Amino acid sequence: MPPIIEVENLVKRYRKADSNAVDGISFSVEPGKLFTLLGPNGAGKTTTISILTTTLAPTSGRVLIAGHDLASDQSAVRKSVGIIFQKPSLDMNLTAEENVRFHAIMYGLYPFRPFYAFMPRAYKEQVRELAEILGIEGEIFKAVKTFSGGMKRKLEIIRSLIHRPTVLFLDEPSLGLDPASRRGLWEYLRRVRRESGTTLFLTTHYLEEAEEADTICVINRGKIVSYGTPEQIKSDLIDEYLLLDAEDRESLRTELQRLEVPFTETPQFKVPLNGVRPQMIIKSIDTTLSVLQVHMPTLEDAYLAIVDRQQAGEAGEAGEAGEA
Amino acid sequence: MSEANAITAIAYRDLLKLLRDPARLVTTFIFPFLFIAVLGGSMQAALGDAVGFNLLTATFTGVLAQTLFQSTAIGVISLIEDRESDFSQEIFVSPISRYSIIFGKILGETLVALPQGVAILVFGLVVGVPLTFEDVLVMLPVAVIICFFGGAFGVIILANLRSQRAANQIFPFVMLPQLFIAGVFAPAVNLPPALEVLSHIAPLRYAVDLLRGVYYQGSAEYSRVVMDPPLFNLGVMGALFAGFLAVGTWLFVRGERNR
Repeated sequence: MPPIIEVENLVKRYRKADSNAVDGISFSVEPGKLFTLLGPNGAGKTTTISILTTTLAPTSGRVLIAGHDLASDQSAVRKSVGIIFQKPSLDMNLTAEENVRFHAIMYGLYPFRPFYAFMPRAYKEQVRELAEILGIEGEIFKAVKTFSGGMKRKLEIIRSLIHRPTVLFLDEPSLGLDPASRRGLWEYLRRVRRESGTTLFLTTHYLEEAEEADTICVINRGKIVSYGTPEQIKSDLIDEYLLLDAEDRESLRTELQRLEVPFTETPQFKVPLNGVRPQMIIKSIDTTLSVLQVHMPTLEDAYLAIVDRQQAGEAGEAGEAGEA
Repeated sequence: MSEANAITAIAYRDLLKLLRDPARLVTTFIFPFLFIAVLGGSMQAALGDAVGFNLLTATFTGVLAQTLFQSTAIGVISLIEDRESDFSQEIFVSPISRYSIIFGKILGETLVALPQGVAILVFGLVVGVPLTFEDVLVMLPVAVIICFFGGAFGVIILANLRSQRAANQIFPFVMLPQLFIAGVFAPAVNLPPALEVLSHIAPLRYAVDLLRGVYYQGSAEYSRVVMDPPLFNLGVMGALFAGFLAVGTWLFVRGERNR
Protein backbone atom coordinates (compact mmCIF):
# COMPACT_ATOMS: atom_id res chain seq x y z
CA MET A 1 0.00 0.00 0.00
CA PRO A 2 1.36 3.49 -0.81
CA PRO A 3 2.04 5.75 2.18
CA ILE A 4 -0.86 7.92 3.36
CA ILE A 5 1.49 10.77 4.27
CA GLU A 6 4.64 11.57 2.34
CA VAL A 7 6.86 14.44 3.37
CA GLU A 8 9.93 15.32 1.32
CA ASN A 9 12.52 17.84 2.36
CA LEU A 10 10.08 20.05 4.24
CA VAL A 11 11.45 23.43 5.26
CA LYS A 12 9.75 26.25 7.15
CA ARG A 13 11.39 29.50 8.04
CA TYR A 14 9.12 32.01 9.79
CA ARG A 15 9.26 35.58 8.63
CA LYS A 16 11.95 37.57 10.41
CA ALA A 17 13.44 34.36 11.84
CA ASP A 18 17.11 33.73 11.24
CA SER A 19 16.93 29.94 11.35
CA ASN A 20 14.57 27.26 10.04
CA ALA A 21 11.84 26.08 12.42
CA VAL A 22 11.58 22.92 10.31
CA ASP A 23 14.83 22.15 8.57
CA GLY A 24 14.56 19.72 5.67
CA ILE A 25 12.69 16.79 7.18
CA SER A 26 11.44 13.79 5.18
CA PHE A 27 9.33 10.86 6.34
CA SER A 28 6.36 8.76 5.31
CA VAL A 29 3.48 7.17 7.19
CA GLU A 30 1.75 3.91 6.26
CA PRO A 31 -2.07 3.79 6.32
CA GLY A 32 -3.64 2.81 9.63
CA LYS A 33 -0.47 3.30 11.64
CA LEU A 34 0.19 5.38 14.72
CA PHE A 35 2.97 7.81 13.89
CA THR A 36 4.49 9.95 16.60
CA LEU A 37 6.51 13.10 16.23
CA LEU A 38 8.48 13.30 19.45
CA GLY A 39 10.54 16.25 20.53
CA PRO A 40 11.06 18.89 23.19
CA ASN A 41 9.21 22.22 23.16
CA GLY A 42 10.27 24.31 20.20
CA ALA A 43 11.51 21.32 18.17
CA GLY A 44 9.17 22.13 15.27
CA LYS A 45 6.31 19.73 16.01
CA THR A 46 3.43 22.19 15.85
CA THR A 47 4.97 23.91 12.82
CA THR A 48 5.05 20.56 11.01
CA ILE A 49 1.48 19.68 11.93
CA SER A 50 0.25 23.16 10.92
CA ILE A 51 1.83 22.74 7.48
CA LEU A 52 0.43 19.24 7.06
CA THR A 53 -3.06 20.51 7.92
CA THR A 54 -2.85 23.51 5.51
CA THR A 55 -2.98 26.34 8.06
CA LEU A 56 0.65 27.29 7.46
CA ALA A 57 2.47 27.57 4.14
CA PRO A 58 5.81 25.74 3.91
CA THR A 59 8.92 27.57 2.73
CA SER A 60 9.86 24.63 0.52
CA GLY A 61 9.39 20.89 0.22
CA ARG A 62 6.72 18.53 -0.98
CA VAL A 63 3.83 17.01 1.00
CA LEU A 64 1.31 14.41 -0.17
CA ILE A 65 -1.61 13.50 2.06
CA ALA A 66 -3.96 10.69 1.01
CA GLY A 67 -2.61 11.19 -2.50
CA HIS A 68 -3.36 14.92 -2.60
CA ASP A 69 -0.60 17.44 -3.12
CA LEU A 70 -0.63 20.05 -0.38
CA ALA A 71 0.58 22.76 -2.74
CA SER A 72 -2.14 22.35 -5.36
CA ASP A 73 -5.12 20.71 -3.68
CA GLN A 74 -5.63 22.14 -0.20
CA SER A 75 -9.35 21.60 -0.19
CA ALA A 76 -8.96 17.85 -0.84
CA VAL A 77 -6.34 17.63 1.89
CA ARG A 78 -8.67 19.42 4.32
CA LYS A 79 -11.43 16.95 3.54
CA SER A 80 -9.12 13.99 4.20
CA VAL A 81 -7.81 15.07 7.58
CA GLY A 82 -9.13 15.76 11.06
CA ILE A 83 -7.24 17.85 13.58
CA ILE A 84 -7.11 18.13 17.33
CA PHE A 85 -5.33 21.38 18.06
CA GLN A 86 -2.99 21.93 20.93
CA LYS A 87 -5.37 24.46 22.50
CA PRO A 88 -9.05 23.55 22.68
CA SER A 89 -10.87 24.93 19.67
CA LEU A 90 -14.48 24.51 20.77
CA ASP A 91 -16.98 27.36 20.78
CA MET A 92 -17.78 27.85 24.45
CA ASN A 93 -21.04 29.65 23.65
CA LEU A 94 -22.45 26.55 21.98
CA THR A 95 -23.58 23.21 23.32
CA ALA A 96 -21.58 20.06 22.61
CA GLU A 97 -24.08 19.00 19.95
CA GLU A 98 -24.01 22.45 18.31
CA ASN A 99 -20.23 22.27 18.08
CA VAL A 100 -20.49 18.89 16.39
CA ARG A 101 -23.30 20.12 14.11
CA PHE A 102 -21.32 23.18 13.08
CA HIS A 103 -18.43 20.93 12.08
CA ALA A 104 -20.66 18.52 10.17
CA ILE A 105 -22.17 21.37 8.14
CA MET A 106 -18.79 23.00 7.48
CA TYR A 107 -17.60 19.69 6.00
CA GLY A 108 -20.67 19.47 3.79
CA LEU A 109 -22.04 16.33 5.44
CA TYR A 110 -25.50 17.70 6.15
CA PRO A 111 -27.54 20.74 5.13
CA PHE A 112 -27.85 23.61 7.62
CA ARG A 113 -30.71 23.36 10.10
CA PRO A 114 -31.11 25.80 12.99
CA PHE A 115 -32.25 23.14 15.46
CA TYR A 116 -31.19 19.60 16.30
CA ALA A 117 -34.78 18.42 15.86
CA PHE A 118 -34.71 19.40 12.18
CA MET A 119 -31.49 17.54 11.41
CA PRO A 120 -31.61 14.34 9.31
CA ARG A 121 -31.97 11.02 11.12
CA ALA A 122 -28.50 9.85 10.02
CA TYR A 123 -26.94 12.80 11.83
CA LYS A 124 -28.92 12.18 15.00
CA GLU A 125 -27.86 8.56 15.03
CA GLN A 126 -24.22 9.48 14.53
CA VAL A 127 -24.35 11.96 17.41
CA ARG A 128 -26.16 9.51 19.69
CA GLU A 129 -23.60 6.80 18.96
CA LEU A 130 -20.64 9.08 19.59
CA ALA A 131 -22.18 10.43 22.78
CA GLU A 132 -22.68 6.87 23.96
CA ILE A 133 -19.06 5.95 23.31
CA LEU A 134 -18.01 8.95 25.37
CA GLY A 135 -20.58 8.34 28.03
CA ILE A 136 -21.95 11.86 27.70
CA GLU A 137 -25.48 11.11 26.46
CA GLY A 138 -26.77 13.25 29.32
CA GLU A 139 -24.49 16.19 28.55
CA ILE A 140 -24.54 16.37 24.77
CA PHE A 141 -27.08 19.22 24.83
CA LYS A 142 -25.28 21.14 27.55
CA ALA A 143 -23.02 24.16 27.03
CA VAL A 144 -19.40 23.21 26.43
CA LYS A 145 -18.22 25.70 29.04
CA THR A 146 -19.57 23.36 31.73
CA PHE A 147 -17.31 20.50 30.46
CA SER A 148 -14.11 19.35 32.15
CA GLY A 149 -10.80 19.43 30.26
CA GLY A 150 -10.98 15.70 29.53
CA MET A 151 -14.56 15.94 28.26
CA LYS A 152 -13.63 18.83 25.97
CA ARG A 153 -10.76 16.85 24.50
CA LYS A 154 -13.00 13.87 23.86
CA LEU A 155 -15.63 16.10 22.30
CA GLU A 156 -12.98 17.52 19.99
CA ILE A 157 -12.00 14.02 18.95
CA ILE A 158 -15.62 13.10 18.28
CA ARG A 159 -16.05 16.25 16.26
CA SER A 160 -12.91 15.66 14.24
CA LEU A 161 -14.01 12.11 13.41
CA ILE A 162 -17.51 12.95 12.25
CA HIS A 163 -16.40 13.53 8.66
CA ARG A 164 -14.47 10.22 8.77
CA PRO A 165 -10.99 11.56 8.04
CA THR A 166 -8.32 9.21 6.67
CA VAL A 167 -5.73 10.82 8.91
CA LEU A 168 -6.32 12.27 12.36
CA PHE A 169 -3.69 14.76 13.52
CA LEU A 170 -3.35 15.27 17.25
CA ASP A 171 -1.11 18.06 18.50
CA GLU A 172 -0.14 17.19 22.07
CA PRO A 173 -3.61 15.86 22.86
CA SER A 174 -2.98 15.13 26.53
CA LEU A 175 -1.73 18.63 27.31
CA GLY A 176 -3.42 19.81 30.49
CA LEU A 177 -5.24 16.54 31.18
CA ASP A 178 -5.07 14.71 34.51
CA PRO A 179 -3.79 11.11 34.47
CA ALA A 180 -7.28 9.58 34.51
CA SER A 181 -8.48 11.69 31.58
CA ARG A 182 -5.28 10.90 29.74
CA ARG A 183 -5.82 7.18 30.14
CA GLY A 184 -9.45 7.53 29.04
CA LEU A 185 -8.36 9.47 25.98
CA TRP A 186 -5.87 6.80 25.00
CA GLU A 187 -8.38 4.02 25.40
CA TYR A 188 -10.69 5.92 23.10
CA LEU A 189 -7.95 6.57 20.53
CA ARG A 190 -7.03 2.86 20.46
CA ARG A 191 -10.66 2.06 19.86
CA VAL A 192 -10.87 4.57 17.01
CA ARG A 193 -7.84 3.00 15.37
CA ARG A 194 -9.13 -0.52 15.82
CA GLU A 195 -12.63 0.22 14.55
CA SER A 196 -12.07 2.68 11.73
CA GLY A 197 -8.46 2.06 10.71
CA THR A 198 -7.78 5.79 10.91
CA THR A 199 -4.15 6.77 10.62
CA LEU A 200 -3.08 8.70 13.71
CA PHE A 201 -0.40 11.36 13.53
CA LEU A 202 0.54 12.50 16.98
CA THR A 203 2.94 15.00 18.42
CA THR A 204 4.01 14.75 22.00
CA HIS A 205 6.82 15.42 24.37
CA TYR A 206 5.68 12.59 26.63
CA LEU A 207 7.79 9.57 26.01
CA GLU A 208 5.33 7.03 27.35
CA GLU A 209 2.82 8.15 24.73
CA ALA A 210 5.40 7.73 21.99
CA GLU A 211 6.16 4.17 23.05
CA GLU A 212 2.72 3.11 21.78
CA ALA A 213 3.58 4.21 18.27
CA ASP A 214 4.34 2.05 15.25
CA THR A 215 6.87 4.63 14.19
CA ILE A 216 8.55 7.36 16.19
CA CYS A 217 10.22 10.31 14.56
CA VAL A 218 12.33 12.23 17.04
CA ILE A 219 12.90 15.81 15.98
CA ASN A 220 14.99 18.47 17.57
CA ARG A 221 15.62 22.02 16.30
CA GLY A 222 13.72 21.22 13.14
CA LYS A 223 15.81 18.20 12.19
CA ILE A 224 15.17 14.48 12.48
CA VAL A 225 17.38 13.04 15.18
CA SER A 226 16.11 9.47 15.13
CA TYR A 227 13.49 7.54 13.19
CA GLY A 228 12.04 4.05 13.46
CA THR A 229 10.07 1.67 15.67
CA PRO A 230 10.31 2.30 19.41
CA GLU A 231 12.81 -0.62 19.59
CA GLN A 232 14.93 0.81 16.80
CA ILE A 233 14.86 4.23 18.43
CA LYS A 234 16.00 2.68 21.67
CA SER A 235 18.94 0.90 20.10
CA ASP A 236 19.72 4.01 18.11
CA LEU A 237 19.61 6.48 20.95
CA ILE A 238 20.65 4.34 23.83
CA ASP A 239 24.29 3.74 24.43
CA GLU A 240 24.65 0.65 26.66
CA TYR A 241 28.09 -0.14 27.99
CA LEU A 242 30.17 -1.42 30.89
CA LEU A 243 32.71 0.81 32.54
CA LEU A 244 35.59 -1.17 34.06
CA ASP A 245 38.91 -0.36 35.64
CA ALA A 246 41.52 -2.21 37.68
CA GLU A 247 44.73 -1.55 39.58
CA ASP A 248 46.37 -4.00 37.21
CA ARG A 249 45.30 -2.51 33.87
CA GLU A 250 47.61 -4.74 31.86
CA SER A 251 45.89 -7.87 33.19
CA LEU A 252 42.40 -6.48 32.50
CA ARG A 253 43.38 -5.46 28.97
CA THR A 254 44.74 -8.95 28.26
CA GLU A 255 41.61 -10.57 29.60
CA LEU A 256 39.31 -8.38 27.50
CA GLN A 257 41.39 -9.06 24.38
CA ARG A 258 41.21 -12.78 25.11
CA LEU A 259 37.39 -12.52 25.43
CA GLU A 260 37.35 -10.80 22.02
CA VAL A 261 35.05 -8.01 23.17
CA PRO A 262 35.59 -4.56 21.67
CA PHE A 263 36.54 -1.84 24.12
CA THR A 264 38.03 1.60 24.35
CA GLU A 265 40.28 3.04 27.05
CA THR A 266 39.06 6.43 28.17
CA PRO A 267 41.31 5.78 30.26
CA GLN A 268 38.81 3.52 32.02
CA PHE A 269 37.75 0.54 29.94
CA LYS A 270 34.47 1.19 28.12
CA VAL A 271 32.92 -2.02 26.81
CA PRO A 272 29.87 -1.57 24.53
CA LEU A 273 27.26 -4.19 25.29
CA ASN A 274 25.54 -4.51 21.90
CA GLY A 275 22.87 -6.73 23.35
CA VAL A 276 25.26 -8.88 25.39
CA ARG A 277 24.23 -9.22 29.02
CA PRO A 278 26.74 -7.52 31.38
CA GLN A 279 26.95 -10.66 33.47
CA MET A 280 28.36 -12.68 30.56
CA ILE A 281 31.36 -10.39 30.44
CA ILE A 282 31.90 -9.88 34.15
CA LYS A 283 31.88 -13.56 35.06
CA SER A 284 34.75 -14.17 32.61
CA ILE A 285 37.01 -11.59 34.23
CA ASP A 286 39.33 -12.64 37.04
CA THR A 287 41.31 -9.39 37.45
CA THR A 288 40.31 -7.52 40.59
CA LEU A 289 38.20 -4.60 39.47
CA SER A 290 38.43 -1.16 41.02
CA VAL A 291 35.54 0.21 38.93
CA LEU A 292 32.45 -1.61 37.73
CA GLN A 293 29.58 0.41 36.30
CA VAL A 294 26.74 -0.86 34.17
CA HIS A 295 25.37 1.87 31.94
CA MET A 296 21.90 0.87 30.70
CA PRO A 297 19.78 4.02 30.32
CA THR A 298 16.05 3.92 29.70
CA LEU A 299 14.53 5.47 26.60
CA GLU A 300 13.60 8.39 28.81
CA ASP A 301 17.24 8.95 29.76
CA ALA A 302 18.22 8.85 26.11
CA TYR A 303 15.48 11.29 25.19
CA LEU A 304 16.42 13.65 27.99
CA ALA A 305 20.00 13.55 26.78
CA ILE A 306 18.80 14.95 23.43
CA VAL A 307 16.90 17.71 25.18
CA ASP A 308 19.95 18.48 27.32
CA ARG A 309 22.10 18.66 24.22
CA GLN A 310 19.67 21.17 22.77
CA GLN A 311 19.67 23.30 25.89
CA ALA A 312 23.45 23.18 26.06
CA GLY A 313 23.51 24.28 22.42
CA GLU A 314 21.18 27.19 23.14
CA ALA A 315 23.26 28.28 26.11
CA GLY A 316 26.35 28.15 23.88
CA GLU A 317 24.69 30.31 21.25
CA ALA A 318 23.48 32.79 23.85
CA GLY A 319 27.04 33.02 25.14
CA GLU A 320 28.38 33.70 21.67
CA ALA A 321 25.73 36.33 21.07
CA GLY A 322 26.64 37.95 24.34
CA GLU A 323 30.28 38.16 23.35
CA ALA A 324 29.52 39.56 19.91
CA MET B 1 -24.72 24.15 -2.00
CA SER B 2 -22.44 23.07 0.83
CA GLU B 3 -20.82 26.53 0.65
CA ALA B 4 -24.22 28.15 1.23
CA ASN B 5 -24.82 25.80 4.17
CA ALA B 6 -21.45 26.66 5.64
CA ILE B 7 -22.06 30.41 5.23
CA THR B 8 -25.40 30.05 7.01
CA ALA B 9 -23.82 27.99 9.79
CA ILE B 10 -21.11 30.61 10.39
CA ALA B 11 -23.71 33.40 10.45
CA TYR B 12 -26.03 31.39 12.70
CA ARG B 13 -23.22 30.93 15.19
CA ASP B 14 -22.99 34.71 15.64
CA LEU B 15 -26.75 34.98 16.03
CA LEU B 16 -26.74 32.25 18.71
CA LYS B 17 -23.98 34.06 20.53
CA LEU B 18 -26.14 37.20 20.56
CA LEU B 19 -29.24 35.33 21.76
CA ARG B 20 -27.31 33.58 24.55
CA ASP B 21 -25.57 36.71 25.79
CA PRO B 22 -27.73 39.72 24.85
CA ALA B 23 -26.38 41.70 27.80
CA ARG B 24 -23.11 42.33 25.98
CA LEU B 25 -24.98 44.60 23.56
CA VAL B 26 -26.27 46.91 26.27
CA THR B 27 -22.97 48.82 26.46
CA THR B 28 -23.02 49.36 22.70
CA PHE B 29 -26.21 51.43 23.08
CA ILE B 30 -24.67 53.98 25.41
CA PHE B 31 -22.80 56.03 22.81
CA PRO B 32 -25.53 56.13 20.15
CA PHE B 33 -28.05 57.18 22.79
CA LEU B 34 -25.75 59.91 24.14
CA PHE B 35 -24.94 61.14 20.62
CA ILE B 36 -28.58 61.37 19.61
CA ALA B 37 -30.13 62.68 22.82
CA VAL B 38 -27.39 64.91 24.19
CA LEU B 39 -25.43 65.99 21.14
CA GLY B 40 -28.28 66.02 18.63
CA GLY B 41 -30.73 67.45 21.13
CA SER B 42 -28.50 70.27 22.35
CA MET B 43 -27.31 71.19 18.85
CA GLN B 44 -30.91 71.41 17.74
CA ALA B 45 -31.84 73.57 20.73
CA ALA B 46 -28.93 75.95 20.18
CA LEU B 47 -28.61 76.11 16.38
CA GLY B 48 -31.67 74.41 14.95
CA ASP B 49 -33.35 77.53 13.66
CA ALA B 50 -30.17 78.84 12.03
CA VAL B 51 -29.23 75.82 9.88
CA GLY B 52 -32.62 75.31 8.32
CA PHE B 53 -33.01 71.62 9.15
CA ASN B 54 -33.61 69.58 12.29
CA LEU B 55 -30.23 68.69 13.83
CA LEU B 56 -31.70 66.04 16.11
CA THR B 57 -33.05 64.18 13.09
CA ALA B 58 -29.81 64.60 11.15
CA THR B 59 -27.79 63.29 14.09
CA PHE B 60 -30.23 60.42 14.54
CA THR B 61 -29.90 59.23 10.93
CA GLY B 62 -26.12 59.67 11.02
CA VAL B 63 -25.69 57.77 14.26
CA LEU B 64 -27.98 54.98 13.06
CA ALA B 65 -25.81 54.46 9.96
CA GLN B 66 -22.60 54.77 11.96
CA THR B 67 -23.72 52.22 14.57
CA LEU B 68 -24.64 49.63 11.94
CA PHE B 69 -21.36 50.22 10.09
CA GLN B 70 -19.19 50.12 13.19
CA SER B 71 -20.88 47.16 14.85
CA THR B 72 -20.41 44.94 11.78
CA ALA B 73 -16.83 46.13 11.27
CA ILE B 74 -15.87 45.37 14.88
CA GLY B 75 -17.67 42.04 14.68
CA VAL B 76 -15.70 40.97 11.62
CA ILE B 77 -12.46 42.08 13.24
CA SER B 78 -13.33 39.68 16.09
CA LEU B 79 -12.13 36.91 13.75
CA ILE B 80 -8.74 37.82 15.23
CA GLU B 81 -10.04 37.17 18.70
CA ASP B 82 -11.40 33.84 17.49
CA ARG B 83 -7.99 33.04 16.11
CA GLU B 84 -6.45 33.76 19.49
CA SER B 85 -9.02 31.74 21.39
CA ASP B 86 -8.45 29.18 18.65
CA PHE B 87 -11.96 28.59 17.44
CA SER B 88 -11.13 30.10 14.06
CA GLN B 89 -8.57 27.31 13.58
CA GLU B 90 -11.54 24.99 13.42
CA ILE B 91 -13.15 27.21 10.78
CA PHE B 92 -9.99 27.70 8.75
CA VAL B 93 -9.11 23.99 8.46
CA SER B 94 -12.55 23.20 7.07
CA PRO B 95 -12.69 22.54 3.32
CA ILE B 96 -14.82 25.56 2.40
CA SER B 97 -13.72 28.62 0.46
CA ARG B 98 -12.00 31.38 2.43
CA TYR B 99 -14.39 33.88 0.81
CA SER B 100 -17.34 31.90 2.17
CA ILE B 101 -15.86 32.08 5.66
CA ILE B 102 -15.45 35.85 5.48
CA PHE B 103 -18.86 36.35 3.91
CA GLY B 104 -20.51 34.13 6.53
CA LYS B 105 -18.89 36.24 9.23
CA ILE B 106 -20.17 39.48 7.63
CA LEU B 107 -23.66 38.00 7.39
CA GLY B 108 -23.54 36.91 11.04
CA GLU B 109 -22.38 40.29 12.26
CA THR B 110 -25.13 41.92 10.19
CA LEU B 111 -27.65 39.84 12.15
CA VAL B 112 -26.04 41.14 15.34
CA ALA B 113 -26.01 44.78 14.17
CA LEU B 114 -29.63 44.94 12.96
CA PRO B 115 -31.24 44.51 16.42
CA GLN B 116 -29.05 47.40 17.57
CA GLY B 117 -30.47 49.43 14.69
CA VAL B 118 -33.97 48.57 15.84
CA ALA B 119 -33.14 49.73 19.37
CA ILE B 120 -31.90 53.05 17.98
CA LEU B 121 -35.06 53.44 15.88
CA VAL B 122 -37.16 52.94 18.99
CA PHE B 123 -35.02 55.42 20.88
CA GLY B 124 -35.44 57.89 18.01
CA LEU B 125 -39.22 57.63 18.33
CA VAL B 126 -38.96 58.22 22.07
CA VAL B 127 -36.94 61.44 21.70
CA GLY B 128 -39.29 62.71 19.01
CA VAL B 129 -37.65 61.98 15.67
CA PRO B 130 -40.38 61.97 13.01
CA LEU B 131 -40.53 58.37 11.78
CA THR B 132 -43.33 56.88 9.73
CA PHE B 133 -43.82 53.20 9.04
CA GLU B 134 -42.85 53.96 5.45
CA ASP B 135 -39.57 55.54 6.58
CA VAL B 136 -38.70 52.38 8.50
CA LEU B 137 -39.61 50.22 5.52
CA VAL B 138 -37.26 52.05 3.11
CA MET B 139 -34.49 52.29 5.68
CA LEU B 140 -34.42 48.55 6.36
CA PRO B 141 -32.77 47.42 3.09
CA VAL B 142 -30.37 50.35 3.35
CA ALA B 143 -29.51 49.21 6.89
CA VAL B 144 -28.59 45.76 5.56
CA ILE B 145 -26.46 47.31 2.82
CA ILE B 146 -24.64 49.47 5.37
CA CYS B 147 -23.95 46.41 7.54
CA PHE B 148 -22.43 44.51 4.59
CA PHE B 149 -20.37 47.56 3.75
CA GLY B 150 -19.14 47.92 7.34
CA GLY B 151 -18.29 44.22 7.36
CA ALA B 152 -16.17 44.60 4.22
CA PHE B 153 -14.45 47.58 5.85
CA GLY B 154 -13.75 45.31 8.82
CA VAL B 155 -12.14 42.75 6.51
CA ILE B 156 -9.68 45.24 5.06
CA ILE B 157 -8.72 46.36 8.60
CA LEU B 158 -8.49 42.75 9.77
CA ALA B 159 -6.22 41.87 6.86
CA ASN B 160 -3.62 44.29 8.13
CA LEU B 161 -3.70 43.35 11.81
CA ARG B 162 -1.96 40.52 13.59
CA SER B 163 -3.52 40.56 17.06
CA GLN B 164 -6.55 41.63 19.05
CA ARG B 165 -4.32 44.07 20.90
CA ALA B 166 -3.33 45.73 17.64
CA ALA B 167 -7.00 45.84 16.67
CA ASN B 168 -7.96 47.56 19.91
CA GLN B 169 -5.24 50.14 19.34
CA ILE B 170 -5.83 50.77 15.64
CA PHE B 171 -9.59 50.72 15.41
CA PRO B 172 -10.26 54.05 17.21
CA PHE B 173 -7.83 55.71 14.81
CA VAL B 174 -9.68 54.55 11.72
CA MET B 175 -13.15 55.02 13.24
CA LEU B 176 -13.20 58.17 15.37
CA PRO B 177 -12.03 60.67 12.68
CA GLN B 178 -14.68 59.27 10.37
CA LEU B 179 -17.39 60.26 12.86
CA PHE B 180 -16.58 63.88 12.10
CA ILE B 181 -15.34 63.99 8.50
CA ALA B 182 -18.10 61.64 7.31
CA GLY B 183 -20.73 63.97 8.67
CA VAL B 184 -22.37 61.68 11.22
CA PHE B 185 -23.64 64.50 13.46
CA ALA B 186 -24.26 67.07 10.77
CA PRO B 187 -23.68 66.95 6.99
CA ALA B 188 -20.03 67.41 6.02
CA VAL B 189 -20.54 70.47 3.87
CA ASN B 190 -18.48 73.66 3.46
CA LEU B 191 -15.31 71.86 4.59
CA PRO B 192 -11.82 73.24 3.80
CA PRO B 193 -10.39 71.47 0.69
CA ALA B 194 -8.07 69.14 2.66
CA LEU B 195 -10.90 67.92 4.87
CA GLU B 196 -13.15 67.70 1.83
CA VAL B 197 -10.71 65.20 0.32
CA LEU B 198 -10.50 63.25 3.59
CA SER B 199 -14.28 63.23 3.83
CA HIS B 200 -14.49 61.60 0.43
CA ILE B 201 -11.94 58.97 1.47
CA ALA B 202 -13.91 58.04 4.60
CA PRO B 203 -16.08 55.03 3.70
CA LEU B 204 -18.57 55.90 6.44
CA ARG B 205 -19.49 59.10 4.54
CA TYR B 206 -21.25 57.12 1.82
CA ALA B 207 -23.15 54.95 4.32
CA VAL B 208 -24.41 57.94 6.29
CA ASP B 209 -25.33 59.89 3.19
CA LEU B 210 -27.13 56.93 1.62
CA LEU B 211 -29.32 56.45 4.68
CA ARG B 212 -30.12 60.16 4.80
CA GLY B 213 -30.78 60.09 1.07
CA VAL B 214 -33.62 57.62 1.45
CA TYR B 215 -34.91 59.02 4.75
CA TYR B 216 -35.10 62.62 3.50
CA GLN B 217 -36.34 61.62 0.03
CA GLY B 218 -39.04 64.06 -1.03
CA SER B 219 -38.71 66.30 2.02
CA ALA B 220 -37.94 70.04 1.98
CA GLU B 221 -34.76 69.49 3.99
CA TYR B 222 -33.29 67.02 1.44
CA SER B 223 -31.05 69.52 -0.37
CA ARG B 224 -29.67 70.90 2.90
CA VAL B 225 -28.86 67.54 4.54
CA VAL B 226 -28.04 65.10 1.75
CA MET B 227 -24.65 65.55 0.06
CA ASP B 228 -24.80 63.17 -2.93
CA PRO B 229 -27.60 61.30 -4.72
CA PRO B 230 -28.34 57.85 -3.21
CA LEU B 231 -27.45 56.06 -6.45
CA PHE B 232 -24.01 57.66 -6.43
CA ASN B 233 -23.43 56.60 -2.81
CA LEU B 234 -24.70 53.12 -3.60
CA GLY B 235 -22.30 52.85 -6.54
CA VAL B 236 -19.30 53.93 -4.47
CA MET B 237 -20.27 51.51 -1.69
CA GLY B 238 -20.68 48.64 -4.12
CA ALA B 239 -17.26 49.23 -5.64
CA LEU B 240 -15.58 49.61 -2.23
CA PHE B 241 -17.40 46.52 -0.91
CA ALA B 242 -16.11 44.34 -3.74
CA GLY B 243 -12.60 45.78 -3.46
CA PHE B 244 -12.39 45.49 0.35
CA LEU B 245 -13.73 41.96 0.33
CA ALA B 246 -11.50 40.65 -2.46
CA VAL B 247 -8.28 42.35 -1.41
CA GLY B 248 -8.95 41.97 2.32
CA THR B 249 -9.67 38.24 2.17
CA TRP B 250 -6.66 37.65 -0.04
CA LEU B 251 -4.39 39.60 2.31
CA PHE B 252 -5.86 37.96 5.39
CA VAL B 253 -5.42 34.40 4.12
CA ARG B 254 -1.94 35.15 2.83
CA GLY B 255 -0.99 36.70 6.17
CA GLU B 256 -2.35 33.69 8.05
CA ARG B 257 -0.48 31.11 6.01
CA ASN B 258 2.76 32.98 5.34
CA ARG B 259 3.80 33.61 8.89
